[in-house]
Amino acid sequence: MQAKMQFRSARTASCVRATRGRAQAKVLCRAFNSMESPFAEELKKNAAYIAQKGKGILASDESNATTGKRLQSVGVDNTEDNRRDWRELLYTAPGLGQYVSGAIMFEETLYQKARDGRQFVDILLAQGIYPGIKVDTGLQVLPGGKGETTTQGLDNLADRCKAYRKQGAKFAKWRAVIKIGEEGCPSTTAILENAHGLARYAQICQENGLVPIVEPEVTLGPGDYSIDETAFWSERVYSHVMRLLNEYGVILEGILLKPNMCLPGLDAPVASPEEVARVTVRTMMRSIPPAVPGIHFLSGGMSEEEATLNLQALNDEAPNAPWALTFSYGRALQATTLKTWAGKESNWAAAQDILVKLAKANSEAAAGKFKGPHPVPGGGRILQALRTGGSGK
Amino acid sequence: MAADLGSVAAKLAAPGKGLLASDESTGTIGKRLEKAGLPNTEDIRRAYRELYYTTPGMGQYISGVIMFKETLYQSTAAGRRFVDVLADAGIMAGIKVDEGLAPLPGGGDGETYTKGLEGLEAACREYASAGAKFAKWRATLKVTDSLPSDLAVERNAEDLARYAKVCQECGLVPVVEPEILIDGAHSQARFGVVTERVLGATVAALWRHGVALEGCLLKPQMVIPGAEAEGGKVSAGEVARHTVAALRRVVPPAIPGIMFLSGGQTEEEATINLDAINKEARAVGRCPWALSFSFGRALQASVLKLWSSDQTRVTEAQQLALALARVNSEAALGQYSLAAGGHPSTLSGDSLRENFRGWSGQAPAVGPDAAPAVAAPVQPGGGEEVVMAH
Repeated sequence: MQAKMQFRSARTASCVRATRGRAQAKVLCRAFNSMESPFAEELKKNAAYIAQKGKGILASDESNATTGKRLQSVGVDNTEDNRRDWRELLYTAPGLGQYVSGAIMFEETLYQKARDGRQFVDILLAQGIYPGIKVDTGLQVLPGGKGETTTQGLDNLADRCKAYRKQGAKFAKWRAVIKIGEEGCPSTTAILENAHGLARYAQICQENGLVPIVEPEVTLGPGDYSIDETAFWSERVYSHVMRLLNEYGVILEGILLKPNMCLPGLDAPVASPEEVARVTVRTMMRSIPPAVPGIHFLSGGMSEEEATLNLQALNDEAPNAPWALTFSYGRALQATTLKTWAGKESNWAAAQDILVKLAKANSEAAAGKFKGPHPVPGGGRILQALRTGGSGK
Repeated sequence: MAADLGSVAAKLAAPGKGLLASDESTGTIGKRLEKAGLPNTEDIRRAYRELYYTTPGMGQYISGVIMFKETLYQSTAAGRRFVDVLADAGIMAGIKVDEGLAPLPGGGDGETYTKGLEGLEAACREYASAGAKFAKWRATLKVTDSLPSDLAVERNAEDLARYAKVCQECGLVPVVEPEILIDGAHSQARFGVVTERVLGATVAALWRHGVALEGCLLKPQMVIPGAEAEGGKVSAGEVARHTVAALRRVVPPAIPGIMFLSGGQTEEEATINLDAINKEARAVGRCPWALSFSFGRALQASVLKLWSSDQTRVTEAQQLALALARVNSEAALGQYSLAAGGHPSTLSGDSLRENFRGWSGQAPAVGPDAAPAVAAPVQPGGGEEVVMAH
């Protein structure tokens, strides 16, 4: 080999001599094991199904404590039966499956049955709705005194995923929350910590056959920060998350993203749907590679009407987006539904009717075809306080 | 400023248009001229580039030309500045701003970083005032079972991002080129894995440095097997499938154009592969960036052969240059048709590969019959140029 080399200068020659004396680089190019996952094809297929154009996700995975607050707001006691009745109302709504491709459940609900004895997972599958499961165990406050949080739930996650999959779950969800609008927020620690948790969760899910919904929520909070500030931090957070998903060998065709829309702070003037759409689409274009099949926005405090109008505007803004621009709505599908039911059997059908109407409106918006009128116009913001210290109960 | 960069980048990546990479350094172009029997003089280099820049109709297919520093300041024989002649044809002038490769301290055998960050800002401002609208910087990464090392990946990604940021601050659109060398025996699958790793790290570095992605272009290698891989070449369909899959995983839609380098493919292969990539992208859907070309040898080799045989055959040479540009423009639209009269290349199956265009301070282990690593003449104006850049 030496005879073939032609040195251009003494300096070059000495570089070569020095190199030969040096140890070979020991750091390997990271192995991407995503290609070898036995679940790879199934994950891609399931993610594509949930992200199909014109459908979205019903987020009904409130913990027992949060569900309790909601039930109590309409005068219903927080018992297991009542929680079960409430979810039965949602999942047996006739025709829901035309508009909804997935429903996220809390652990208790995944194992529950309707009054007639059928498993909820079977009821959902019969409607063409894939069952999903919230796997994080809640938020924990980070040191620093700013109310920043990290999300817990990695311990025993692999075993839990296996069990949930056996029960019929096809996808999972983990919510990370990033606080902005206050001096010093978000800190680098909070961003890195939450991004790491999401990436590790996603990796474990895929290893165990569940499509992970990755939810980095830059939360809508008090303050008069601008929509551009939200966008700035959202880009930063999403780029850290996407980077780590790549590092950890997560198959992007087999995940779904659940981000926030870009909104100004609660104390700033409300942005128009066109403005929300322009800034949100720009943020997604900058951060999310096309391999991700679906972006399912959270409704996080928007009124039911706002959530639909913004979703329609997003699809107007980017009709040829490489990912589905759709919904994973909790409050924006449930608030009026719950008020309509109010725990009364006689209101059951009417409540289901309004749920399906809301799902239809959002389905149309996700296909860029919502024309109005909205089934529940003029509602105000539906805000809830951040719950921390939860251990998944 | 950001809006201007975005509109320049969009124009460079316009449908059916691509870049002519004619930024070979004096050493590199000299090697090619001499191989064709021509002397490596400033006037020959000038006349050679003039051939392309004055080809009538080039502007239909070429949106930008990447130049070497010397060329940016040259003029036609009649005295018109190249930059102006190109602008009249609707073609933007670009400038190579890196200063070549150097061995990476702490890296593996053959790993490099790219020089040129020092003094980059001043250089960019000067080039911008001379009429350049975009710039280009080439990093190279080597593939073996254990390479590229994390150090090489991260260092080159970081430097590319810093270069890109400086460009944007000086009003130039950066073409970001992390070239993964085809030399080696690695499989296509391995190359795909490395491509995702390298491009992912590059994009992450761009994010970290606040580079405006809408005003930026990427110049990667297509995902092909190593030049010495078992099983030899693969079909264009395979190239397309692997390339499109890798890009969709790591390149955000905000980047308007992915302008492939031709690095060692024949003129015909480069066109057919580009066409297959675009057809695959259409079939798979959801590929939001332009998938186009930034070709050097694949747009020039046949032309040089013709012109060097008789420098008076300018018209013929220009027609050939135009034909090569046209078929690649068609390929960039997924509309190249093998049926319509065949590819204009006159070099049949000759690979345009020059042995190991990475760091040549240490040649890779080669078989007894392989050509030796070629020494490059020392670059005038200081600093050794250890490797011939594009």
